[in-house]
Amino acid sequence: MTETPTSSHFKENAHAALHDAPLQKALQHVRVNFIDKRAKAVARLPEFEALRDSARDIKDHTLANLDLYIEAYEARVVAAGGHVHYAMTAKDGVDIVLKLCHERGAKAVTKGKSMIAEEMGLNAALEAAGIDPIETDLGEYIIQLRGEAPSHIIAPAVHLNKEQVEADFRRVHRDLPSDRDLSQPVQLLTEARGILRDKFLSADIGVTGANFLIAETGTSIIVTNEGNGDLTQILPKVHIVLASLEKIVPTLEDASQLLRVLARSATGQDMSVYTTLSTGPRRPGDPDGPEEYHVILIDNGRSSMLGGDFEDMLRCIRCGACMNHCPIYHAVGGHAYGSVYPGPMGAVLTPSLIGVEEGGQLPNASTFCGRCEAVCPVRIPLPNMMRHWREREFERHLSPKAMRYGIGFWAFFAKRPTLYRLSTNVAMRALHWLGRAKGRFASLPFAGGWTRYRDLPAPQGATFQSQWRAKSGSVH
Amino acid sequence: MSAREEILANIRRSLGVTGAEAPRRMAVDDRLAQARSGIIPQRGQGDQAARVATFKDEAERAQASVVEVETAADAPGEIARFLRDSNLPATLRMGDDPRLAAMPWSATALDTAHGASDGHDLNAVSAAFAAIAESGTLALVSGPDNPTTLNFLPDNHFVVVAASDIVGDYESVWRKLRGGYGKGAMPRTVNFITGPSRSADIEQTLLLGAHGPRRLHIVIVKGA
Repeated sequence: MTETPTSSHFKENAHAALHDAPLQKALQHVRVNFIDKRAKAVARLPEFEALRDSARDIKDHTLANLDLYIEAYEARVVAAGGHVHYAMTAKDGVDIVLKLCHERGAKAVTKGKSMIAEEMGLNAALEAAGIDPIETDLGEYIIQLRGEAPSHIIAPAVHLNKEQVEADFRRVHRDLPSDRDLSQPVQLLTEARGILRDKFLSADIGVTGANFLIAETGTSIIVTNEGNGDLTQILPKVHIVLASLEKIVPTLEDASQLLRVLARSATGQDMSVYTTLSTGPRRPGDPDGPEEYHVILIDNGRSSMLGGDFEDMLRCIRCGACMNHCPIYHAVGGHAYGSVYPGPMGAVLTPSLIGVEEGGQLPNASTFCGRCEAVCPVRIPLPNMMRHWREREFERHLSPKAMRYGIGFWAFFAKRPTLYRLSTNVAMRALHWLGRAKGRFASLPFAGGWTRYRDLPAPQGATFQSQWRAKSGSVH
Repeated sequence: MSAREEILANIRRSLGVTGAEAPRRMAVDDRLAQARSGIIPQRGQGDQAARVATFKDEAERAQASVVEVETAADAPGEIARFLRDSNLPATLRMGDDPRLAAMPWSATALDTAHGASDGHDLNAVSAAFAAIAESGTLALVSGPDNPTTLNFLPDNHFVVVAASDIVGDYESVWRKLRGGYGKGAMPRTVNFITGPSRSADIEQTLLLGAHGPRRLHIVIVKGA
């Protein structure tokens, strides 16, 4: 991990995020833009729902035969003159990258945006080895200057306002005139473009992620809007592709189905600007392109997720639609999750990657409104899987004592209907009598979490069950 | 045990398989060999005139500019006009693609250069392998005559595409690639390009020209 995960402090993180004024201002863009753009793109494509089914089925088929597709993919990469490396853990993956860098005497490494590289903590490892990692995606570049982790899987700097970016550029780009105007986003973009152009041209090695790996042809696909991923992989002598196992799809036709749902779900574009298919290194007579092409296939927990409760999570194509539509993400942003992957997909994936002891709070960061599942392009049942994690957290006695005793107390009555009816009848009548003056409570024992922010309405006196019985009786 | 063997063994243990099951092998081999198409949107389908019209609409939605010319001989004049009208220098870099080499560049005032870009070119032109009506996407392939750097380093990218190479969908491009390179083989790089480079990383404000070209101008050649 780039930083030590703070997922176990989700409650504290969320509390701080809710009181962070610049963050709340920045999050307004997520609430409006992403949802609106996706809805418009989906409305323009009558086949969208059928494509979601198709995308889900392709992923399920591939996962069920993943061993065989990995073998087929590897054979094709090798036939095209590339190399495939295997890493059981994130650390093994880092070691392979470092070895490739050291053998080639690399000093500077440009990087396209890659979530698996975040999972591996690659930047910190490169720095520790005396190698300069340069993030080239504009959002990633900004957060690298700030020493932060991405707060969103496709919009890493979505938690920032332009004034914050301006301050960072002035702090770091010391060689430029101090009286230059950086008040508009376009000026910030132009400055970053100029600075990164030189870095692209002088890097020794380029590292990218992969959106898909094609077993049929041994091809890696990256999808970007800026073109930074392409400059990262065509200019240096060596291109290293980092990909987790589940990125493999069988054929080019299968990739087309997934591409049709990916950009629409992510940014509301029909296609991202650059979809690039790379197969092996530079060919004889080619005027440009990398001389070496390496793929590092990283497991880091994936193979153990197959065949279990969380296998469906391996269908994820990292579009970000679930977090774009999540009321919790809208309220607290991505950093509060304290892990590489935020939002609903992060709440499900993180406990798989770092353990339920560390990440067990995240599946509780849900209202179970179901919007994430409703928009997921590969139909991952995210709320159900969060429920699975909550059950495991409860079974392993990891949830807070007050909650455990509270649920135990409630369960005692719920399992005894007569006692339950009797006690709720008494309690409702008592509360009704106590609150008769104002019709609401400004404070109440055991309900401080509620009454701190709003009043609790006083019950009407009769329970729902007794009202229902009375009503049914009058009808029949 | 190598990491490769360990990962494959772990996958097989989780899936409850050995990897030697004949039906699984057959299913996988069949899928790779057949490469069947899935759902193809209606939007890009139709005859050539319909495909060209849809391609133009979709490319413009993605902020590319599109012009149709009658013959390949008209393409250099159109590019010279665009540069003049945009107050840009009359320089142009290109690869050695025979389709471009056959065009009358000397009839224009353009100062042309050949080969890969080192990052100091303002303008470049490429010839497209195909274009896709469905999403207004260009398909460019790398090779000795087609440097990939021209697609990304210059500020202004011109792409010439024959109307007859505008297909309905991505699947048609895969078929054309298999026809040219053989089943299972690919050019080193296939670039699908939909509009000019952009970023919305600062406050979700869409800005063109992030790292790649700020402008994408597409010249469709109607006649062969």
